[in-house]
Amino acid sequence: MTEEPVLELRSVRVVYGGVLAVDDISLAVEPGHAVCLLGPNGAGKTTILRAVSGLLGFHGGRVVAGNVRYRGRDVTGAAADRLVRLGICQVLERRHVFADLTVADNLRAGAFARRDRRAVAGSQDMVLDLFPVLRERLRQQAGLLSGGEQQMVAIGRALMGGPELLLLDEPSLGLAPLVVADIAEALREVRTRTGLSVLLVEQSSAMAGAVTERSYLLESGRIRAGGQTADLLADDQVRSVYLGASA
Amino acid sequence: MSTFVPLLFAGVALGAIYALIALGFTVVYRASRVINFAQGGLLALGAFVTSWMVLDEHLPFWAAFVCGTLLTGLLGLAFQLWVVRFAIGRPEFTIVMLTLGLASVIGGVLPTLFGNNPRSNGDVWGASSVHVGSYQFFWVQIWTIIAAIVVLLVYGAFTRFTKYGLAMRGTALDPEAATAVGIPLRRVYATTWFIAAVVACIGGVFLGGYPSTVNPTMGNIALLAFPAIILGGLDSPTGAIVGGFSIGVVQEMVQGYQPQHAAWLGNDFYLIAPYLVMILVLLVRPYGLFGSRPAERL
Ligand SMILES: Nc1ncnc2c1ncn2[C@@H]1O[C@H](COP(=O)(O)OP(=O)(O)O)[C@@H](O)[C@H]1O
Ligand SMILES: [Mg+2]
Repeated sequence: MTEEPVLELRSVRVVYGGVLAVDDISLAVEPGHAVCLLGPNGAGKTTILRAVSGLLGFHGGRVVAGNVRYRGRDVTGAAADRLVRLGICQVLERRHVFADLTVADNLRAGAFARRDRRAVAGSQDMVLDLFPVLRERLRQQAGLLSGGEQQMVAIGRALMGGPELLLLDEPSLGLAPLVVADIAEALREVRTRTGLSVLLVEQSSAMAGAVTERSYLLESGRIRAGGQTADLLADDQVRSVYLGASA
Repeated sequence: MSTFVPLLFAGVALGAIYALIALGFTVVYRASRVINFAQGGLLALGAFVTSWMVLDEHLPFWAAFVCGTLLTGLLGLAFQLWVVRFAIGRPEFTIVMLTLGLASVIGGVLPTLFGNNPRSNGDVWGASSVHVGSYQFFWVQIWTIIAAIVVLLVYGAFTRFTKYGLAMRGTALDPEAATAVGIPLRRVYATTWFIAAVVACIGGVFLGGYPSTVNPTMGNIALLAFPAIILGGLDSPTGAIVGGFSIGVVQEMVQGYQPQHAAWLGNDFYLIAPYLVMILVLLVRPYGLFGSRPAERL
């Protein structure tokens, strides 16, 4: 018996106000696995994550064909707050920390949808364990932290939601290689500790290679290829078309 | 200076009401960027409903006060859920017109339901006062100040320590991130309208106390609260409070001193003074005392 995927997209098409953004997207994430979507700017990576997390509506977009299945149920078009409660948490592109709130309040906000205080406290312990610098910054305004620390806050906030599926949108964007390596290490650690599944969006090979096993290549709103992340990243043509100059 | 203390006291009492109106306004504005011109209408409505429950239905004042506050709060909530909600994302002008519409509906309905005559707010203090030395303070004004301070403290604790308070702050800062962590924006918006209407009602009941009355035009006071709102910074509750109290004091001081010392400015100069203060502050600080600059960080 093959295991049912945590996440499955079947021929998904998304439009923003009548303009097609992605089409015929089919992909799957198996339980406990980490999958990467690689592609250049404007390929539709963020759009696919929004289709999974329920944030399309916020941007005036809509899934108009196909469906999104999460743990065997159809969640196409479900509201973001419901999806968070079901265990889908997204780390937004460009971090989007609550700049004027303290790090502690950012983390608290991440647990908004959860009731179980013990579990929330457990998540917070794990986050501070993964990102020890945040422990010293708990009382500081998140907007005043460095880019890398803000990314840790953004990831920590998503983990506070107790995800079974973690969506990450270009977490390496604008960060120094050493910081990227730290964050990749933390993400590997989370996977072994919690067994959560990951759908990562990237344009840089470092994070993709360190965190995921399998990748899809996306271009102009369509999936062009898929395979083992290591194989795809080793391919010169893939590097030039899908990873641009940043690879 | 025998007039200074009474003027200061009256200014603080008036400022307490401005602070409540301004707070209700900023709570809504911060979360959803909706400029709520119905605040004055809700204030008058709350005052009338409370007065009606005491004078016509013979409820004890405090019970009527609580019921009136809740009823007004629910009306604010209903207006958000049934009207404003569908206009979110439309041009700001549309929403402003909707809130003006609510204000004029309330303005039209109040005289029909309760008559045009000014009435008592039904409070338990009336014109009773306390003498301290040579000064006389009306109990209703003392309670206005106490009530405003309590409301402001409760609001502060709510935003700081509760889940929905945190959700309100998060939504104000970054609605997309708020949505991403599972905060239902609609419920946050609804909560802000409830709070705005509740504080409007509290302000209205106290505004209708001695020597003033509950009357259909009392909602116009919201226009005088505007300088307080803008002075403090549109999106800052702290600013609303500081702005409210300052404008109240400025207005009473001008009303008290200007007729003897600068009579040539005319009889109604005290109504203009708040706007002058507002303009002066805006020249120095374009976003008000506590307003936030538009986010330009990447
Ligand atoms: N809010 C939006 N409104 C309209 N079009 C959008 C919106 N967001 C993205 N798009 C369009 O959808 C396509 C995919 O964008 P996006 O998903 O952001 O790509 P990526 O994340 O791969 O850079 C682009 O053509 C982009 O212009
Ligand atoms: Mg993107």
